Amino acid sequence: MKLEMKDTPGQLVAALKPISDVGGNIIAVIHQRDEINDGDILSVQIVLEISEKKLPELIALIKGQGVNILRIGQERLLYKQTVILIGHLMHTDLGDTVDKIDCTGFAEVTELNIAMPAINQPSSAKIEIKSVNKTDMEKALDILRDVATQKNILIIEPLEEMS
Amino acid sequence: MKIAVLGMGAVGRGLLRMIDEKDLGITVTGIADSKSALIDKNGISAGELLAAKNERGYCGDKTISAMEVVTRADYDALVEVTPTNAMTGEPALTFIRAALSRGKHVVTSNKGPIAREFCSLKEMAREHGVQLRYEATVAGAIPVMHMLEHGLAGNKVQAVLGILNGTCNYILTRMAAEGLTYDQALMEAREMGYAEADPTYDVKGTDTAIKLVILSNTIWNGTAQLEDVSITGIDQLTTDALRLAEEQDHTIRLIAEAVPEKNILRVAPRIIPKSHPLVVEGSLNAITLETDMAGEITLIGKGAGSVETASALIGDLLFLSG
Repeated sequence: MKLEMKDTPGQLVAALKPISDVGGNIIAVIHQRDEINDGDILSVQIVLEISEKKLPELIALIKGQGVNILRIGQERLLYKQTVILIGHLMHTDLGDTVDKIDCTGFAEVTELNIAMPAINQPSSAKIEIKSVNKTDMEKALDILRDVATQKNILIIEPLEEMS
Repeated sequence: MKIAVLGMGAVGRGLLRMIDEKDLGITVTGIADSKSALIDKNGISAGELLAAKNERGYCGDKTISAMEVVTRADYDALVEVTPTNAMTGEPALTFIRAALSRGKHVVTSNKGPIAREFCSLKEMAREHGVQLRYEATVAGAIPVMHMLEHGLAGNKVQAVLGILNGTCNYILTRMAAEGLTYDQALMEAREMGYAEADPTYDVKGTDTAIKLVILSNTIWNGTAQLEDVSITGIDQLTTDALRLAEEQDHTIRLIAEAVPEKNILRVAPRIIPKSHPLVVEGSLNAITLETDMAGEITLIGKGAGSVETASALIGDLLFLSG
């Protein structure tokens, strides 16, 4: 979210405090001093993680501090991982494999790149999954592992989180 | 120091060659190959043994057995380098037990007995006041056991990651670099002498898993067995999969991973950033240890080869005598 506040000592802390009060997690605070502002107005961008339900409460609290909220942008799925699948992906209904993750509500397949060398030969696909958080990613991968076992697909997982 | 050597395959011959060429202070007083044996408390010339083996195909007297060398020869340490049997650990297991019960140190490159009977053999060595050393069982020349025992003493190791099979790493490197298919890369590995005629044990991940069991039991004093490892090999990998990984500056490697806190003990092909220190080329091996004080430490080196394995054996032997 992008905030506008008076450039006086203590104002930034006052704007940030409600975030932790409602259990949000601050990821980044970007201080834009070089922007042309009217006199003593300071604008700040804050990247944070917060449950959607808590958002109205947070907005009220921040406004209560005399801070103006200019813009709120939402990116719900912040966590990303890429896996590679090898097997008879089309014959085992790739659409269904993707659906199994998309229908969870907490994770989605956001990119898919498939190579099909020849009929009857195993194809390889790179899929990018996004999820709300790390726990949900684990859940999504568990679902994928189950599907892969049923459909005889090999999953190659990343060693480290990829971003 | 006086040693008895069981086994005159590539590893045994590499050891004898180094003893012959270098002034290591190691004297061979007993030796056995699959067909014959020799015992001489005054020492046997390593050079003559190699020449005899080369000419006749066996090293000594066909009426003497390997077990007689273990039980009768006059030595400080038994060097057990017979072929490995991953399932039973035999016959090496019997030789090792016999030497330990005689109160002799044992140095081995044999994975079978160490993976199968780690706890009982350690206990047996302790009871008899001798040491069982097995640096050569994991990652050839890389001194990971010495590193754990000395350099990292006092550290808590939280996780271990490794590339422990040179054959698999060679195949994956070639598939990624040249766009070879799995079968082409395997064929090339055979021609280069990196892969056995029957590569199953390597490419299915079994060899890597055995080494992971040895590492993990050593680090955490555990009782893991080969059956506890979740294993996926590299034989189903496609060139496309490697290419897809490459698009994001990643590659695929067969990674052994042990993280006791998360109950992870697995061997599987994984997507890994090319800049990761574990990503080594060709037949090299690499091990990353995650520790509480030292942070991450990665060791890279040759995982196989007769002289390279002899390096690990000699390191163990000189550690005993030093």
